[in-house]
Amino acid sequence: MSAGVGVNLEDLWIRFGDFVAVREANVHINGGDFFSFLGPSGCGKTTILRAVSGFLEPSQGNVLIGGNNMKGIGPNKRPTALIFQNLALFPLMKVWENITFSMEIKGASTKQRRKRADELLDMIALTGQGEKLPAELSGGQKQRVAIARALCAEPDVLLLDEPLSALDLKLRQHMRSELREIQKRVGITFIYITHDQGEALTMSDNIAVMRDGVIDQIGDGKSIYNDPNTAFAASFVGENNVFRGTVKQVIGNEVMIRTNRSGDLMARISTANQGKLKQGDEAMLFIRPEAFALAPAGTQGDHFVTAQVTKEEFEGSAFNIFMEGEGGKEIKVALPNVGQSFESHMGEAMTLEYQVKNAVALPAGVLATE
Amino acid sequence: MPRFLKEYFNRNGFGLGSVMLGLVLFWTVGLIILPQLSMLDFSFRPNLPPPEIGGPKDLYTLENYKYLIFGPEGGSQSYNAVDLRVFYRTLIAAVFVTMFNLMLCYPIAYYLAQTKGNHIRVLALMLIIPYWINEILRAFALRIIFGESGVLNNVLVGMGVFDTPFDFIRNDIALYAGLGYAYILLMIFPIYNVIESLDRNQIEAARDMGASWPRIHWRVVIPYAKPGISSGCTMVFMLSAGALAAPQILGGPSSLWFTQLIYQQFNDNSDWPQGAAYAVVLLVTCILLVLALMRLFKVNMGDIGK
Ligand SMILES: Nc1ncnc2c1ncn2[C@@H]1O[C@H](COP(=O)(O)OP(=O)(O)O)[C@@H](O)[C@H]1O
Ligand SMILES: [Mg+2]
Repeated sequence: MSAGVGVNLEDLWIRFGDFVAVREANVHINGGDFFSFLGPSGCGKTTILRAVSGFLEPSQGNVLIGGNNMKGIGPNKRPTALIFQNLALFPLMKVWENITFSMEIKGASTKQRRKRADELLDMIALTGQGEKLPAELSGGQKQRVAIARALCAEPDVLLLDEPLSALDLKLRQHMRSELREIQKRVGITFIYITHDQGEALTMSDNIAVMRDGVIDQIGDGKSIYNDPNTAFAASFVGENNVFRGTVKQVIGNEVMIRTNRSGDLMARISTANQGKLKQGDEAMLFIRPEAFALAPAGTQGDHFVTAQVTKEEFEGSAFNIFMEGEGGKEIKVALPNVGQSFESHMGEAMTLEYQVKNAVALPAGVLATE
Repeated sequence: MPRFLKEYFNRNGFGLGSVMLGLVLFWTVGLIILPQLSMLDFSFRPNLPPPEIGGPKDLYTLENYKYLIFGPEGGSQSYNAVDLRVFYRTLIAAVFVTMFNLMLCYPIAYYLAQTKGNHIRVLALMLIIPYWINEILRAFALRIIFGESGVLNNVLVGMGVFDTPFDFIRNDIALYAGLGYAYILLMIFPIYNVIESLDRNQIEAARDMGASWPRIHWRVVIPYAKPGISSGCTMVFMLSAGALAAPQILGGPSSLWFTQLIYQQFNDNSDWPQGAAYAVVLLVTCILLVLALMRLFKVNMGDIGK
């Protein structure tokens, strides 16, 4: 474990009247981690962040920062700094005043503040722009000023509420790596909120997947992507083909599922559900689009489905092939672009091979609806 | 035709556009600028009986202005001490009423603007509805409260705070209360309007960085609300300095308001030129004072219109 200050949520419940926004959250965040809460809009991410920053008292449970219980400690006294979804820069203060506002509060001299502002402006590649007003900066620059302002307070934990959502795609991707670099350099704990699974996967050490106030799974990006705990996590993080059916037979940690339209398919049971799936249970089988290999019809692999090519979509790095299996079952296949195209196979039946380790079986559950 | 006029007519059509423009011009020129100019003209003329108006004696003169400063010609004093004292007392009192109003209204406006919920609408209504009642009736209501045998004195004497009734009127407390109360809405609403548009996250951001509430107000809310504050203060100051009903009804016998002097010149002395000169002096001084304060607090004219 690294040197930073860890954060623990212990049996955290947050209610607004009768409405439960966060249900029984138990999260351990390592010091120095880049930790993301990932979930669709309205699932309670901001609410959790507000409880950590101190703007909201949990209805039940505790927030611990560096092992200290934060109960009754206001946001101005916590070792956290929050970057708001809309940044909330002070429009009437110059950039350097914005950045060093936390020092002004502590009574630092103008000279000290100027000096620190210059250092931070260098760090965010805005050297010499301190005299501007926030309105005179571009979106990405404002973003960086907000980060500098938060870092200037020297928090132990930086909280970021979808800070990139207002930026365009190119800038967003650039800021991802920049944020990650800043986090590595300052070495403090980042708690990052996003509904964008790409962001969560590329930046985080660990991710908590949320749905309707419940945390479905906590783990690093690979385990969440490859070994989801729930149907929701499987369908929300990355794309997935889902085959519904019932468990026909359990063989150790693998399972044969009688799918509704695609025959009997083998899959491995996700780690968290091993021993829980029983014969006759309703189940869902997930296979990622990139886990299929296309072969001519009639090829008899070990594990496969058969389907017809109905549409091809060119994405640049990959081709998305849309296929139709038995009973109109839609299946998506993604193949890296190495110069091939499947236009000529339109309407043709093909074999979609997969390996059992790439097919995950889970108890039937709610899917993400995005 | 300048471009903005062309755009204006394009947007509203020529017929409707002309009617609206005509009404606005009639309002500003016909009802405000021309009467004021005629007052200005009056103020530079001698007070003559009607037959002599336009006659050989009707020449422009500064005597009405001199009168305010030096008093009647050949008078016993070298300065018109009485009127001058009333004048500056009025201005200072108006400044105090404005400041008092600001201190009272800023928290109310902040609370109304930053709190959500239906009780806010009820509170706003409770502030507005009393203003359906005519200003003079409201002033008399305060007189009933503050009078020698009024509600407040009855309560205070009954509770044993005072042995004998306290004269709120002679001590001008009723006057200041009346003036303060008369214009609170004009202070609250401009401030409320700006603060309502202040992003709550800015307040939270300041709080998150460790700022105390006074500092949040000083560094974040008040700078943001400055246009509203200046517009409220300007209106309240102008209107208190120019108030007539409240001083007439609530003022003590010894404390004249400058507007009452103007009123006396017009009505009791039938000296319109003298009254006009006093009115012009009051208006010009107030405008200069406001402009000076705007400069001091770095407020633009454009901000006031917000
Ligand atoms: N102050 C509040 N009062 C009532 N409901 C709230 C409040 N804040 C958030 N909620 C509700 O809690 C749920 C989670 O909100 P939020 O944490 O903002 O979601 P997100 O994951 O998009 O950040 C939403 O359904 C929202 O309507
Ligand atoms: Mg949110």
